[in-house]
Amino acid sequence: MVEFLGIYVYPTLWTVFYIACIVGPLLGSVAYLTLAERKVIGWMQYRKGPNVVGPFGLLQPMADGLKLLLKETIIPSGANRIMFVAAPMVTFVLSLIAWAVIPFDSGLVLADINVGILYLFAISSLGVYGIIMAGWSSNSKYAFLGALRSAAQMVSYEVSMGFVIITVLLYVGSLNLSAIVEAQSGGFWNWHFFGLLFPMFVVFFISTLAETNRAPFDLPEAEAELVSGYNVEYSSMTFAMFFLGEYANMILMCGMTSLLFLGGWMSPFDFVPFTWVPGPIWFAVKIAFCLFVFLWIRATFPRYRYDQLMRLGWKVFLPLSLLWVVLIAGYVVYGGKAVGA
Amino acid sequence: MAVLNMEGLLREYLPILIFLALAIGISGAMFVASMVLANQRPDSEKLSAYECGFEAFDDARGRFDVRFYLVAILFIIFDLEVAFLFPWAISLGDIGVFGFWSMVMFLGILTIGFVYEWRKGALEWE
Amino acid sequence: MIIQGLAFYLFAFVAVAAGVMVISSRNPVHSVLFLILAFFNAAGLFVLMGAEFLAMILVIVYVGAVAVLFLFVVMMLDINYVEMREGVLQYLPIGALIGIVLLAELAVIGGSWVVLPLSEAASAMPTPPIDQVTNTNALGRLVYTHYIYLFQAAGLILLVAMIGAIVLTLRDREGVRRQRISDQVDRKVADTIEIVKVVPGSGV
Repeated sequence: MVEFLGIYVYPTLWTVFYIACIVGPLLGSVAYLTLAERKVIGWMQYRKGPNVVGPFGLLQPMADGLKLLLKETIIPSGANRIMFVAAPMVTFVLSLIAWAVIPFDSGLVLADINVGILYLFAISSLGVYGIIMAGWSSNSKYAFLGALRSAAQMVSYEVSMGFVIITVLLYVGSLNLSAIVEAQSGGFWNWHFFGLLFPMFVVFFISTLAETNRAPFDLPEAEAELVSGYNVEYSSMTFAMFFLGEYANMILMCGMTSLLFLGGWMSPFDFVPFTWVPGPIWFAVKIAFCLFVFLWIRATFPRYRYDQLMRLGWKVFLPLSLLWVVLIAGYVVYGGKAVGA
Repeated sequence: MAVLNMEGLLREYLPILIFLALAIGISGAMFVASMVLANQRPDSEKLSAYECGFEAFDDARGRFDVRFYLVAILFIIFDLEVAFLFPWAISLGDIGVFGFWSMVMFLGILTIGFVYEWRKGALEWE
Repeated sequence: MIIQGLAFYLFAFVAVAAGVMVISSRNPVHSVLFLILAFFNAAGLFVLMGAEFLAMILVIVYVGAVAVLFLFVVMMLDINYVEMREGVLQYLPIGALIGIVLLAELAVIGGSWVVLPLSEAASAMPTPPIDQVTNTNALGRLVYTHYIYLFQAAGLILLVAMIGAIVLTLRDREGVRRQRISDQVDRKVADTIEIVKVVPGSGV
């Protein structure tokens, strides 16, 4: 019995505790990201943003969450009931389980699998399912058109994201996320952000905007044309799950950008006052910075047209990233850059 | 770093399975909680599809532009290309110059296809 | 090890059950979703065998790309499903024939492996054991050099697929005005704006 506890029960409880330590702060950050978005855009437009509920509007996310929880769940009569309910759950579950492989510090990772970056790539490629299922099952034209556009857009940018990831892997020589971060140790000038990979950072960052359906690529859920696209018919908690899933995906994409290009948990300088700050804090700071840029872009740029969006993905990013794969590989093979295989 | 024995490898995957189960549990609980806590008073108007005040004319799932299929097919092809690149990228140090030119040839063949689709206008949207 | 065994039976059972549901469910959209479930469980089985790279590629390529296309097709084509079902019996013999051929092929491969366990090792390049390199790396060392002809053939097949897809689906639509970026960039101020000095009272 004791042996059974030692082998199975305690490790499982430990894992559950660890997962709670990821999910809790994640959902908290999602809640405050929604507030930050409204505040930041408010300030950029010389408004105040939400400031009524609690001091500085700090309780606004709680109020929003509670409101959504107490709303009526509407399942349209023409809808396919099971898929209609399953679609937001798919989005939400995927946005959570992707965090299983994210390393927060050296050795501080729930599942340190050898193919971590592939796992993330796989999870992000599954993101279209929530959207397609929602669009089809609602049986509404707006939802259907929004889902189609959204799916085609996500799929188009995923290709260039794949090529960008390859260029980073050429430098690192491992699919393990911790190894990718370790390869950038020793000060900020070793981050992949600086040097030959900088153009790929730009491509990757813009692709993450498109992948998460954010402005200026938010036309699948354009309020003015498609009344928010695939999730028109959703209300209450089913809507909340889409919302949480989308914002958690934004944070995830910023996390991926930090891991691949900004040195993950590494401090920017390799000497004393900076190395005292623990790794997870640096990681959080980098994610927060990327998120701020997301919001900044939303407040600054007008929306793309659909043909322009497809053109950018297929005719600019795809050839550019493909060319860069060959260039970096040539540099690695002929330039004598040691690959830490 | 890289986990190189069978048992350790599987031990790293178990938390993902537990996480998946928990995440499904959380999302189910959220849905059920709102169903229980909130008033549910459906009526036929409330449950009809949203269409700017009109009655829905017909079923929403119609045919659509064939370009969406084309995008999906091209995506599969490029996704496979990326899939081939992954093992190549991390073992390039071992396979060296020969491996590099082997991949350049592979990418060259696919670039022919890419140029073809560009010239044909398959990447244009109107 | 017990967990590993349990996981195997879980994945295997769900995979087979999902496979049965693929061919027996009435709604083709449900069929595709069950197919996706079967893919996931196959990926789980790959992981149990230590083939993590294959598991992830299965999810990325089959679930993330191929099944999306399937879903696009079955969701969006408005086919009368009841009508479609009526012709099933007619195609049963040919379907059964293909099934038997596949089964025979599997039996031949499985049988040869049982009879000559060493034939595999003799014909294929030996892979290093799992405790020395990760299996992605092991794959990378073989595919691009030792199996270069097959690799290039794969490239050619993808080329054919690409061209075939375009030939089959692309049709030109008349009278579409496209955005021409180069023309827009080429436009000079001098070409478009003319400054005219207008004397008051005389008109242009």
